[in-house]
Amino acid sequence: MKLSMIKKFKDKKINSFLLWGLILTGIMLLIVVIGIFWTPYDPTKMSASEKLQGISLRHILGTDNKGRDIFSRVMYGSRITLGIACGTMVIGAGLGTILGAITGYFGGFLDEVFMRIVDAMLAFPSILLALVIVSLFDSGNIVVMVALGIAFIPSFARIVRSEVLRCRTMDYVENARIQGASDFRIIFRHIMPNITGVLWSSVLIGFNNAVLAEAGLSYLGIGSQPPYDSLGNMLSSAQQFMVKNPICVLGPGFAIVWMVLGFSFLGEGLRKKA
Amino acid sequence: MKKKVWSGNVARRGLAAVCALAMTATMLTGCGKKKEDASEGSSAQGTAAQTSSQDSDEVFTVGIPQDLDSLDPHIAQSAGTREVLFNIFEGLVKPDEKGNMNPAIASSYKISEDATEYTFTIRENVLFHNGATVTADDVVASLQRYKDTGASIFETVDAIEKVDDSTVKVTLSKPNTEFLSYCTVAIMPKDTTDAETNPIGTGPYKFVSRTALENLVVEKFDEYWDVDNAAHIKNVVFKVEANPDNIVADLEGGSIDMYARITSDQADQLSDSFEIYEGEMNLVQALYVNNAVEPFDNELVRQALCYAIDPQEIMDFVSGGAGVEIGSAMFPSFDKYFDESLNDTYNQDVDKAKELLAQAGYPDGFTFTIKVPSNYTPHIDTAEVIVEQLEAIGVTAQIKKIEWNTWLEDVYNNKDYEATIVGFDASTLNASSLLYRYTSDAHNNMFNYSNADYDKAFATAQATVDEAEQIKYYKECEKILSQTAAAVYIQDLPSFVALNSKYTGYTFYPLYVQDIAKIKLAE
Repeated sequence: MKLSMIKKFKDKKINSFLLWGLILTGIMLLIVVIGIFWTPYDPTKMSASEKLQGISLRHILGTDNKGRDIFSRVMYGSRITLGIACGTMVIGAGLGTILGAITGYFGGFLDEVFMRIVDAMLAFPSILLALVIVSLFDSGNIVVMVALGIAFIPSFARIVRSEVLRCRTMDYVENARIQGASDFRIIFRHIMPNITGVLWSSVLIGFNNAVLAEAGLSYLGIGSQPPYDSLGNMLSSAQQFMVKNPICVLGPGFAIVWMVLGFSFLGEGLRKKA
Repeated sequence: MKKKVWSGNVARRGLAAVCALAMTATMLTGCGKKKEDASEGSSAQGTAAQTSSQDSDEVFTVGIPQDLDSLDPHIAQSAGTREVLFNIFEGLVKPDEKGNMNPAIASSYKISEDATEYTFTIRENVLFHNGATVTADDVVASLQRYKDTGASIFETVDAIEKVDDSTVKVTLSKPNTEFLSYCTVAIMPKDTTDAETNPIGTGPYKFVSRTALENLVVEKFDEYWDVDNAAHIKNVVFKVEANPDNIVADLEGGSIDMYARITSDQADQLSDSFEIYEGEMNLVQALYVNNAVEPFDNELVRQALCYAIDPQEIMDFVSGGAGVEIGSAMFPSFDKYFDESLNDTYNQDVDKAKELLAQAGYPDGFTFTIKVPSNYTPHIDTAEVIVEQLEAIGVTAQIKKIEWNTWLEDVYNNKDYEATIVGFDASTLNASSLLYRYTSDAHNNMFNYSNADYDKAFATAQATVDEAEQIKYYKECEKILSQTAAAVYIQDLPSFVALNSKYTGYTFYPLYVQDIAKIKLAE
């Protein structure tokens, strides 16, 4: 029985990275999903008598300066962070893929123009670009999502473009063209499925960057608004109590590491599998 | 086969990945600080270069919560700017730490019986920072310049005349016993055109340089007229600390030596190398609502909010119980005007609040946004507690942190807000500096508060010459504000000032000022 399971794993080429990635991400997702329905305490409920407590059975990750349960807040904050990272990927990877596929496939003038724009965007660090967008508009989760999403477009456009360029001249594409398939059918039905491996691992790496970028932006005070703090925001406001109650920082910090590690393993696993 | 899954190679690489990520996370926490260090390095270099020709006195660095909105004392709006400019500029009279008005540029003054004529004798040999002597012409020009900025308090000034070379007479269109407290208006040379870039005053410190969003560098003015109150420390830098979370780290790290108004939590964390001075901020902190927008145009709704909020609980969370409750737009250190009984106009009563909301037509509550300046931790903390307290009556408040200059622009100037939490200080030592802004046509009435009774009581108070009578009318004003719930008044915040133990002499003022001249090296 056991042997067959391992054999099955091997057949499906589940390597150890993928396995650990799935375990870490799975636990994290489970906690986030549970957090939607239930948290040990109300994440915004303050309690003057329980300020800055350490680890205890009552509060497994202690409490912050307003007596709020850090574990509950981490459950809640992970959700916000994850949500923003997802949104960023949908915008960044989505638009980036479309842009990359079109420019890569058609080439020519369009390609020149878009790729120079992308080059210009790549010249700025993505966080800086996001900062500019946020300061132009407003703070808030949606704006951060859009800002990071836009900042992430260039890297995806680049990756997809180079893959599409590689596939464009392959025989099966030629074949499809001879059969009279339309350009868009060729791009999305024939080429896309062949570059998903690369795409997925870069999406997961991008996901990590998005988590870290969001944490960075929140840390700078842009992004989620109190009391509904994201992990980065929690980290930022806990910083001043670092000496008094280190668990304040460790809770959200560890959650970020966990999240990023899980996605890194997943990405690495997928890359190896592909 | 299973062994392969657990092969050492993978485990090692996994470990490396964990380490790398842990480092990334640490860097995240460290990045804010690192940035500070870098900027500190450059600013320290800047000052070193500027002062290298002087004797090698230490540089005393004061952390301030926001950048200065203007270096022109006649234009600067925010209290945070005025508290800094206090060290550079002086008026005809100057307040002291007890709240008295002492003659400064004027050596003496005379007030006519009916309080419409103020005659000032200009002190001899007061020097500007540029070396020129203060003359009656400078005084007239400065007062006129201030009047021309449209300052509301100078609206009643009819004429500013030079009587002779050392006498200036100000005539008011109607009696005002408080006018003297406005005569702290900065006196500048009469040919001032570029106060924004080169401010010249007569104060104990003179301007050296300013880097926007970074710092303001000042230096002791050696020819200061008031020898007894001359500055002790030679070089002073006011450094903008945009991120309040870095204050403790920066104090401990030595990049700032003093920070006024730290929170009690921050004070707790500072080591023994800092002396904590405790006082009051002299602010009217409140949840200010825009009286012109729904649902706050309804008095019942405002009263419901007052009943929902418990100032004591806010103080417990925000400052460990320190702070003084207030019930109207007046803080306790203005002893003669403060009316303690107004604290009990509303005591927390959730049922009563719900009842009022139902009466007002909001039985299920409503949602609104509180815009809070992002650089003031006590206000943000207060906002978080208020959100909790309002939840109990079914009202959903959302916090929106905005940058200070945006706050000034959107909230203060354009009145584009539903609610905000800030503290108002008294720019001058009199009741009207706090109460004038509630009159219907006040230019700084950012609350859109309009109440005929209030306007009448305020006008009467202004016109009354007898002080006891005047106080009675001002108290009447405060009572109207409290009863109509112009805002949800909370507290006068406690003020904790952290000063490096190398220095001593911090002095609290009943005004929002930081008198750096009083600070000296500890023995």
